[in-house]
Amino acid sequence: MIVTVASGKGGTGKTTIAVSLALSLTADVAALTSSRADVAALTSSRADAAALTSSKADAAALTLSRAERGLANPANPLFLDCDVEEPNAALFLNPTIQERRKVGQMIPEVDLEKCIYCGRCAEVCQYNALAVAGEKVLVFPELCHGCGSCTLNCPTDAIHEVLHVSGTIERGFNGPVEFAQGTMNVGEPMAVPIIRQLKQWVIPPDHGSRPVILDAPPGTACPVVESMRGADFVLMVTEPTPFGLHDLRLAVEVARDELGLPVGVVVNRDGVGDQGVEDYCDAEGIPIMARIPLDRRIAETYSEGIPLVEALPEYRERFIELWQRIVRSNRSGSDGRRGQS
Amino acid sequence: MKQLVILSGKGGTGKTTITAALAHLASQELSIVLADADVDAANLELVLDPEKQEEHSFTGGQLAVIDAAKCVACGTCAEVCRFNAVIPGDEAYRVDPLACEGCASCFYQCPEGAICMNEQQAGLWFRSDTRFGPLFHAHLFAGQENSGKLVTLVKQQARLRGLDTGAALVVVDGPPGIGCPVISASAGMDVALHVVEPTVSGVHDLERIMGTTDHFGVPSLVAINKADLNPARSDEIATFCAERGVEIVGRIPYDTVVTEAMVQGQPVTAYTNGPVSEALENVWDDIRERVLS
Repeated sequence: MIVTVASGKGGTGKTTIAVSLALSLTADVAALTSSRADVAALTSSRADAAALTSSKADAAALTLSRAERGLANPANPLFLDCDVEEPNAALFLNPTIQERRKVGQMIPEVDLEKCIYCGRCAEVCQYNALAVAGEKVLVFPELCHGCGSCTLNCPTDAIHEVLHVSGTIERGFNGPVEFAQGTMNVGEPMAVPIIRQLKQWVIPPDHGSRPVILDAPPGTACPVVESMRGADFVLMVTEPTPFGLHDLRLAVEVARDELGLPVGVVVNRDGVGDQGVEDYCDAEGIPIMARIPLDRRIAETYSEGIPLVEALPEYRERFIELWQRIVRSNRSGSDGRRGQS
Repeated sequence: MKQLVILSGKGGTGKTTITAALAHLASQELSIVLADADVDAANLELVLDPEKQEEHSFTGGQLAVIDAAKCVACGTCAEVCRFNAVIPGDEAYRVDPLACEGCASCFYQCPEGAICMNEQQAGLWFRSDTRFGPLFHAHLFAGQENSGKLVTLVKQQARLRGLDTGAALVVVDGPPGIGCPVISASAGMDVALHVVEPTVSGVHDLERIMGTTDHFGVPSLVAINKADLNPARSDEIATFCAERGVEIVGRIPYDTVVTEAMVQGQPVTAYTNGPVSEALENVWDDIRERVLS
């Protein structure tokens, strides 16, 4: 079950909600896992009486060591920070990174021995990433989208492609949460290839009902679309203000109207602002799935990088409920959509 | 004429609130032109009550379209497409318009000549009048590419208007992040005002956005918003800026009056004379001194 946490407007609490959701589900799932592990310990270690008495602690240790060895538990949440321009979730989740890859896009490199300076590559390039002037071929990596059209169109096969590194993708663990993030290099313009490769790298095709939570960037342009593509549900975090509402509308246009995905709303800083968001959700039939009140304590714990559900554990229940609501609404929603088609 | 862009790596730190306040304060002394460069979620208009004078269509990139009558479903287009934008079909293939990046690779490779490249209307841009000066703003359609190109267009229009009318200052409300729209918004600016909150994310993101503006040679100033929310983090930001020789032009206190003003559709400085407005007046005084004298 892939859920993208998005918003349109920045700073509405996407990361706060996404991180808290992942951590709440962890605690829930960890309890399940350890009870299963208990049973396993009971059956497999009859000879070891000590294991029986301390099986709970063992089970915890087992979960931890699985995580530390880098074996993803297929039931535990997988968290992806897709805000590759300003990735912040790691500041709250403090993951241990185990694997790192450089990513980017393939850009042309011209073999001047074979090049006849015909200018065909520059002509077919839609992004002005190539220029041919006299006996010179210029490549502008920042403009290249890595489409490969120049390579295919070169009449003398003078172009081959090399990787232009524009960022890094990483994966690791925070306890039972499997974590991954992308980071775009400063000065690079294109976030989409990094997000795309991050998703391909870590989201298993057979994720099934495993919670996969994507923290999206703000806005409504192409990086947001890439973060939503393939999701089962988009959770919109908004604040009940005119700015929040304005950008929520735009984000709903992308998720629901353009991509055809089911959406739900979390109202953050509930109590500030006006009635606009409520009225809008009501009129559009968009469910409000949770409310987080305006609370200076939340802002202060956020400022220190402490996850909401760790600082205020009483919120954990709400996030588990939120997840259950998403799962339920997605089930009924997809049945409805199937019914229509 | 000088140009000022208001930025923040992290979203929602108060860029638009501060831009609107600066527009209000600056327009009392000078002739200014405004531009909203956050084209995928433009909010400045919500507090400036603009009257639209002109509306223009914005053509973004191109989009591949397959003519079903000519398509023989050979699959060449899907093979060459690196953006997974081609959807196979038994009799004819289709293009997913949201995935297509308009590279035209399929157009050139299709053996049947069944693909054409269509120009895409990707958004609208406007010239409006506000009580503080002309505003250039835009609306990028949902999920469109080329926001950088639209940012550049909006900024250029504002600059030309400023030059034509002898304005003293162009104020640009920037987008969040550090990617293509931010780079487009920063290009050619005389100074960038970074709005940062005293949080771990704020500090982290400031470093990256300042890296970006440094990379493109735009000098920085910093304003700390909601500074009293975490005084220790505010000091950390001040130290970080001092090490880099970047000046802090203001510490704005946390106050829900900012949201009240937004709900009323007013710049906060026009709405109240409280501590937030005082702090913003100091920010403007500092900026005028640094940028315009």
